[in-house]
Amino acid sequence: MADLRSHFIGIKSPNPFWLASAPPTDKEYNVVRAFKAGWGGVVWKTLGEEGPPIVNVNGPRYGAIHGADRRLLGLNNIELITDRPLEVNLQEIKRVKREWPDRAMIVSIMVPCNEDSWKAILPKVEETGCDGIELNFGCPHGMSERGMGSAVGQVPEYIEMVTRWCKQYSRMPVIVKLTPNITDIRYPARAAKKGGADAVSLINTISSIVSVDLDNFAPVPTIDGKGSHGGYCGPAVKPIALNMVAEIARDPETRGLPISAIGGVTTWRDAAEFISMSAGTVQVCTAAMTYGFRIVEEMKTGLARWMDEKGYATIEDFRGRAVPNVTDWQYLNLNYVTKAHIDQDLCIKCGRCYAACEDTSHQAIFKEKDGKRHFEVNDAECVACNLCVEVCPVDNCITMVRQTEGVDPRTRRKINPDYANWTTHPNNPMALKAAE
Amino acid sequence: MADVKPGISGGRLSQSDYAVNFGDIHPPLDAHEALVESDRCYFCHDAPCQVACPTAIDIPMFIRQIQTGHPKSAAKTIFDQNIFGGMCARVCPTETLCEEACVRMEAEGKPVKIGLLQRYATDAFMADGGQPYERAKPTGKKVAVVGGGPAGLACAHRLAMHGHEVTVFEARPKSGGLNEYGIAAYKSTDDFAQKEVDFILGIGGITVQNGKKLGAGLDLADLQKDYDAVFLGIGLQGVNALGAQNDDAAGVEDAVGYIADLRQASDLSALPVGRRVVVIGGGMTAVDVAVQSKLLGAEDVTIVYRRGPEQMKASAYEQEVAQTRGVRIKHWAMPKAVIVKDGKAVGLTCEYTSEANGKLTGTGETFDLPADMIFRAIGQAYVDFTGGKLALEGGRIKVDDEKRTSVRGVWAGGDCVAGGQDLTVASVDDGRRAAESINLFLKA
Repeated sequence: MADLRSHFIGIKSPNPFWLASAPPTDKEYNVVRAFKAGWGGVVWKTLGEEGPPIVNVNGPRYGAIHGADRRLLGLNNIELITDRPLEVNLQEIKRVKREWPDRAMIVSIMVPCNEDSWKAILPKVEETGCDGIELNFGCPHGMSERGMGSAVGQVPEYIEMVTRWCKQYSRMPVIVKLTPNITDIRYPARAAKKGGADAVSLINTISSIVSVDLDNFAPVPTIDGKGSHGGYCGPAVKPIALNMVAEIARDPETRGLPISAIGGVTTWRDAAEFISMSAGTVQVCTAAMTYGFRIVEEMKTGLARWMDEKGYATIEDFRGRAVPNVTDWQYLNLNYVTKAHIDQDLCIKCGRCYAACEDTSHQAIFKEKDGKRHFEVNDAECVACNLCVEVCPVDNCITMVRQTEGVDPRTRRKINPDYANWTTHPNNPMALKAAE
Repeated sequence: MADVKPGISGGRLSQSDYAVNFGDIHPPLDAHEALVESDRCYFCHDAPCQVACPTAIDIPMFIRQIQTGHPKSAAKTIFDQNIFGGMCARVCPTETLCEEACVRMEAEGKPVKIGLLQRYATDAFMADGGQPYERAKPTGKKVAVVGGGPAGLACAHRLAMHGHEVTVFEARPKSGGLNEYGIAAYKSTDDFAQKEVDFILGIGGITVQNGKKLGAGLDLADLQKDYDAVFLGIGLQGVNALGAQNDDAAGVEDAVGYIADLRQASDLSALPVGRRVVVIGGGMTAVDVAVQSKLLGAEDVTIVYRRGPEQMKASAYEQEVAQTRGVRIKHWAMPKAVIVKDGKAVGLTCEYTSEANGKLTGTGETFDLPADMIFRAIGQAYVDFTGGKLALEGGRIKVDDEKRTSVRGVWAGGDCVAGGQDLTVASVDDGRRAAESINLFLKA
């Protein structure tokens, strides 16, 4: 059986599945339930400064996007950091860590962007015996209006500065949580590294208005007729997170910087994908909030079985394996030719491939054969865009088949087995010319 | 406890049993169920379900309208093609039409529940009352529609939409045809047939004269003279004979008439039913009368059909409905003689059959079934009331694609025309098509 143990910036956990800093990790009761359910670690919900705690709205905090059968695809929230007294949280963290020494206990922190505030809170947190801290530079709603959260995360200089204070005033490993609400994720990641961060975690939630209540003409969730943008998460944001993780993983300046990946992790497969993109641990929130803590069982068994099938004994055996295959468009092989192929035995004849191709793409699917309903690809028109594959309701019914020899019936050009990309393509005015 | 009163008797059950037995066979979907089910539709291109629907309802569109929160728009999509969408949702053999064609049938053997979704949409619309259509400006043209069943009323509604003035002549006291007088009671509960008639007539411009029957005071020639066009939706008035010995004995009944009595009964306990019932036939009427006999408290009900399950006009699903309600289906047998005692039927002698080269013959071997009540459900026949004016085909009125008869200015549709499928939905389609043809004719 595969070994799921994780060693991440010196922090050990029995598996790489951590609960992200969020409502599920706001108090001892939830965290103990999570550990009993088998989670490898938690990032405790963000602590703020000592003093009167922040307050949350007393109306709805969440809005969502649903798929078929109300499957939750995207969740939006306007909840702030913990609204419980700092001292209560610290006591609970200490107690839980003492009772669950094998689990990772990370504490998320967000205090105003001045040295004294950080200097004040760090020893208190360190005193709990937690394994590390995560700096919440990501929260895009509410706290950002007060100069914290993503307001810090959007300024690389602040990230570097605060990270440096944390390294200076504590011995704890420091994870910097990044906001995706920025043009190029590499800049804040570089800043974190420069400030001495042990790792980055990403993504925090994405600024969003999830829907408009058409009776009240107000954003959802609606508080007394008004709404504010929230932070978007859940399966819908996974592709954005995966890209940002990949960007940091392959940036020469941050390559090798440990990453705790966050963003729509819902199944073992999502976790495996993030790990293959170099993540050392994954953090989960929405999936747990949707289905409860028990889902970690599927994640653990699924990841372990997949590793067994692939012959990976440990997480490190496949971690980062996808990174070298992330490249720029200009380096993609333009001589690679594929054609869609419809498996007639699997086809249920819904015709969605036809509608998509005929109306919106390349008119490359026939809908009839011998007067009968029958869907088949016309290779002479197929550009291999993959749209039919994605709209087909049956898994693996339509696949892309590579053409390795002969002539592409669409371009009437001979298939060239050699690799050639845009940088040398004759249509590219900037093409690199061979030395004359 | 089974009621074993011998002979033919009413009151075999308690009042509450009647209510339960004749409640909705398929309770309607609630809002949640409708959303879950509508999510299953793939919105197919040139959807096979729509192709399979005799009225060509845009099924993917109406399901999408339900799914996006507009069941009343969905209803409008349905009514555009089929103003009897509410009844068709209840009585269509969807398992051999739209749902059989659903690609999810091929994908996982579980079609989208199109019939129930259609009912959800049409119920939502009709619950609020109102009429989805406005009449066009009056044209001053008058059309006579003979027969107030699905074909006639579908025709009348569409003609009214086009601004024509329609008079419907209906022989029975109530309109609705077989929706009102045929069809198993558990498929159309809560007086739905009359509610639907009211809904259809709500468009205005349609006058119904009940108690007017062709050949009994109503004459085709007069109608041709007094109206600009005539549509005949007169159904089948004759009942095929059993052709067995003693088939006039007391206790031998016509299933269609019995179902009509049942549908009109205000107190089902007053409706007598045999302790042992035998039904002869293999169509929906046979299943409907057999199941309802059972639900009325008959102890044993047997359908005798001369061929096998595949040849039955009642679908496999209908046969299953019968069997799961305790009706026995005896295939490959035909009635030979009614066994009579004291002038009353007490049993039926049947002969086994076999088929060779498409020809059915009796094997000579017989068996007896005890029976206090024997139902003929072996089909109905067209009876001419026009004095032989209309050309026939296969014993029914001959029509072309537009439902024109051989006589100019006279259209026909529904069960009375050749090629009829004996389905409500097919009759509705006939009526609508005829109306469109009549409209073109009147505007020419």
